[in-house]
Amino acid sequence: MNITIILQQLVNGLSLGSLYGLIAIGYTMVYGVIRLINFAHGDIMMVGTYFALFAATTFLLPWWAAFIVAIALAALLGVFIDKVAYKPLRNASRISSLITAIGVSFLLENLFLVLFGGVPRAFKIPQVFSGVVHLNGVIIPIIALITPIVAIVCLLLLMQILQHTKYGIAMRALSLDMETTRIMGANVDAIIAFVFAIGSALAAIGGIFWALRYPSINPLMGIMPGLKAFAAAVLGGIGSVPGAALGGFIIGITEILVVAFLPSLAGYKDAFAFLLLIFVLLFKPTGIMGEDLEKGRF
Amino acid sequence: MLKVKDLNVYYGVIHALKGIDFNVPENKIVTLIGSNGAGKSSTLKAVAGLVKPKGKISFLGHNIVGKRAYKITKQGLALVPEGRHVFVNLSITENLRMGAFGKKYSELKPLYKKAFDMFPILKERANQKAGTLSGGEQQMLALARALMSEPSLLMLDEPSLGLAPKIVAEVFDIIKSLNRGGMTILLVEQNAGLALKIADYAYVLENGAITLEGDAKSVLNNEQVRKSYLGEI
Repeated sequence: MNITIILQQLVNGLSLGSLYGLIAIGYTMVYGVIRLINFAHGDIMMVGTYFALFAATTFLLPWWAAFIVAIALAALLGVFIDKVAYKPLRNASRISSLITAIGVSFLLENLFLVLFGGVPRAFKIPQVFSGVVHLNGVIIPIIALITPIVAIVCLLLLMQILQHTKYGIAMRALSLDMETTRIMGANVDAIIAFVFAIGSALAAIGGIFWALRYPSINPLMGIMPGLKAFAAAVLGGIGSVPGAALGGFIIGITEILVVAFLPSLAGYKDAFAFLLLIFVLLFKPTGIMGEDLEKGRF
Repeated sequence: MLKVKDLNVYYGVIHALKGIDFNVPENKIVTLIGSNGAGKSSTLKAVAGLVKPKGKISFLGHNIVGKRAYKITKQGLALVPEGRHVFVNLSITENLRMGAFGKKYSELKPLYKKAFDMFPILKERANQKAGTLSGGEQQMLALARALMSEPSLLMLDEPSLGLAPKIVAEVFDIIKSLNRGGMTILLVEQNAGLALKIADYAYVLENGAITLEGDAKSVLNNEQVRKSYLGEI
């Protein structure tokens, strides 16, 4: 085992981790404002990836336009799901919304199975994302370099929105106190819709880069990344946006390093995220960057 | 400015407000006094649109029953809620920004200046989290935040709650001076003596119904009120 391989694996883990992080942000923000674990979030990632596939293959858009259209449509889908499935239950018990979220998840998975079949489809990788770079003997796929950059740019943009725009400040206010946010003259339903749009757009970005990494997509592809991103959100501290990104990086890097250095355990690679989840829930349920939930979030 | 007729509020089977009538004329301080659970907060929440009432509420000539809270706020009504409810996770400036949610970016600067001139303590701590403020300072912030929307009617729910007497006096001085500057105020208080001293007109609320109303002075001198609310024998 030499430094070259370690570096290579670290970049690889960072890249996988940034995908988990992108998806985890949606979990954490939705939880922050309406205290709902949106179990359909991983499936929104899947749908976003299909949107990108169809935009590029059926509608023959150039790759960048296909990605933009897919991200925008995923954002709309998130808003639509909130409106028809979760909003009517806003004042119901939390368990009702949670079960509804699981229902929405099954609906999306099976709808896509029925419509497009279970046979995996090839996701065409644009020229710019293929190829490798050599850095002092370390061979790194270009996509493994681009993915973390995209994730970090998204994270920084989101932090800017949350800290400096009126709607971002309102999201943080809302995470503390919905009723008082209302009497400030803010349309709380619109702000929640905006949160779903942001989370779903990030999930679609995660899904597209997931497909650029593993270019074979199917209607159940969102399940495992979705669950691991959920574990990442809890690990980072559910409700905390930087925490979600950090949790994603930790889980991604752990998973890659375990496979690289303990190949005999490679078959259990999916279990490590959940092992981490169990330990967090046992010893620090508020996660790494999480605080008391009653103090508001983001 | 505010005309309320036959206002009813139900929480499930509980009939919290049983058809009350009251008016808040322009440039006046009107107070609703009464004991715990009499329906004072329910009245303010119904007017602000946070609970759905039955009856008629006319604000600046518009019917606002059934309207959503954020739309009522945009029409020029501001509520300082009971227990202050500042956003402890936001900085003081961000709290004020929330108060001015309906304002355009270009309108903010003079509003901040006005708030900081009126409450210098907030200026010193503009970038601190509101959670680090004392109870009295949080009440000032809640008041400043409500004023950011430049309301036509300011509703205050128990502004004296949990504050030291010296701070309470300060808060009431500010309310009085706001009124002198032309602000119309609807004040809900358990501390009836204080409220009646600064109010023009008063309503006494008992078990969800109005049992007495009149000029604040006459209510202050009412024997029943002195016994029940001012602790005199």
